[in-house]
Amino acid sequence: MQLFRQNKTILLKTVIHCLCLSICSYMYWMAIGDNLGSDPVKEIIHFTGMSTLNVLLLTLLVSPTAKLLKQPWLMQVRRLLGLYAFFFALLHVLNFLFFELQFDFSLFVDEIIDRPYITLGMAAFVIITLLAITSLNSIKRRMGKSWQTLHNYVYLLVLLVCIHFYWSVKSDITEPVIYFLLLFMLLYHRKTKFKRWLKR
Amino acid sequence: MLIRVPKQSTLSENNVTDEAVYRERRSVLKQLGYVGASSLLASTVPLSFAAQAKSTTFQTRPLDFSTSNRASITEKLTPESKVISHNNFYEFGAQKHEPVENAQNFQVNPWQLTISGEVEKPFTLDYEQLFNQYNLEERIYRLRCVEAWSMVIPWLGFQLSEVIKQAKPTSKAKFVAFETLHDPDQMPGQKNRFLGGGIKYPYVEGLRIDEAMNPLSILSVGLYGKTLPAQNGAPIRLVVPWKYGFKSIKSIVSIKLVERMPPTTWNILAPQEYGFYANVNPEVDHPRWSQASERRLTSGGLFSRNRIKTQMFNGYAEEVADMYKGMNLRKNY
Repeated sequence: MQLFRQNKTILLKTVIHCLCLSICSYMYWMAIGDNLGSDPVKEIIHFTGMSTLNVLLLTLLVSPTAKLLKQPWLMQVRRLLGLYAFFFALLHVLNFLFFELQFDFSLFVDEIIDRPYITLGMAAFVIITLLAITSLNSIKRRMGKSWQTLHNYVYLLVLLVCIHFYWSVKSDITEPVIYFLLLFMLLYHRKTKFKRWLKR
Repeated sequence: MLIRVPKQSTLSENNVTDEAVYRERRSVLKQLGYVGASSLLASTVPLSFAAQAKSTTFQTRPLDFSTSNRASITEKLTPESKVISHNNFYEFGAQKHEPVENAQNFQVNPWQLTISGEVEKPFTLDYEQLFNQYNLEERIYRLRCVEAWSMVIPWLGFQLSEVIKQAKPTSKAKFVAFETLHDPDQMPGQKNRFLGGGIKYPYVEGLRIDEAMNPLSILSVGLYGKTLPAQNGAPIRLVVPWKYGFKSIKSIVSIKLVERMPPTTWNILAPQEYGFYANVNPEVDHPRWSQASERRLTSGGLFSRNRIKTQMFNGYAEEVADMYKGMNLRKNY
């Protein structure tokens, strides 16, 4: 029991690694073997995109959960979740370039400029990349107070990702609307924080 | 001596996926029907293959047909499993994998297809007549969706011109208006606007009379040697291969010859994005994306290099370009 208490962070992190990596490799294995629906390219792009959003929302759920359950150690898995969100976002962008556009770089640039939902998606990707790079302890120390300022952009990031999802959908908007509601709940929980920002 | 110079596009049958191979692949897919297990992280994973394993499935039967293969092409076929599980048929759901899941109980017999309007001899075809009134021919055509993906499909059917000629159109017949069945009890997308993508039903489409009489325009009653699956537009649908897929209206109950250009569904919904003509044209982009290239769905997974250049009139310029001489195709998109 004592051992469990000491190692529960490690245990939870191991579970997160196993879940993310196994599901991800399973999906790629299916897609490579052409067993993922009629258009594996589209499916794998949707999978990595939705996984980014899902893991991002989980990341935002960590601190409310830790507070609610009075389990401060949970905070230690937040960075790992954030990095997995980045991992899926990176795969999402690379898959779009490799498998959808098949290395047509000029089309890649055109799409980023011409299609608003992709413009927005790229803006979100820039933010999450900055957050991922600055998650290293050495950089975090060096950044001092500005680190927190930068990482508050996570709220803008999730909002952009939700809009990106909403704009990419052709006609059925039920699912994006559900995600907006989830996001609203997570942000509402932090309303005092936002009020404080507004006062300044 | 007759020397037949094969057109660039003449076909050989050896490209068709062997039925046995196809069945075997399907059984593997059924065993693997677990794609859904991964929905822990992704909720958009298609369940279509798993859905096909359900016991109540729409019945198709083999058809007799000739293989004159007029205008057929020799490009690699899209496997049957993909042709029948990746569909835009909003009457059964707006997502590609939904029609195969929601259309299995669709009743197509009895059916009535009425040919009427500016004709001397209006008539009606019932279900059996769809298959025995005209000689069925296999046509292997490209299908280019306006969403920039494409397939190559072996259709079975007959020329639309045969049906129109039989009705003896009058001099007033300038356009042809088509209508899909309106039956919200059978078509959940017509009942529920969330499932049906918010489009106005019944689905309507139209062609100019010369387009309808073009030998490439067919009414299809089957694919891959069998009657059409419900999700592909059973029992009878239009196929106009030089136009974007949404012109090829499914599950038709009415063909009406008319004097004025008829309204068309996607044009009503978004006139800036979808025109009446909707000819495949790599030079005229959709307002939200490029039409210069497309991804050809055949077999092969993630690493198949399937992005290809889109051809003018989807590669059928030789057969159809004359009809649009002098027309501004940028304006008449």
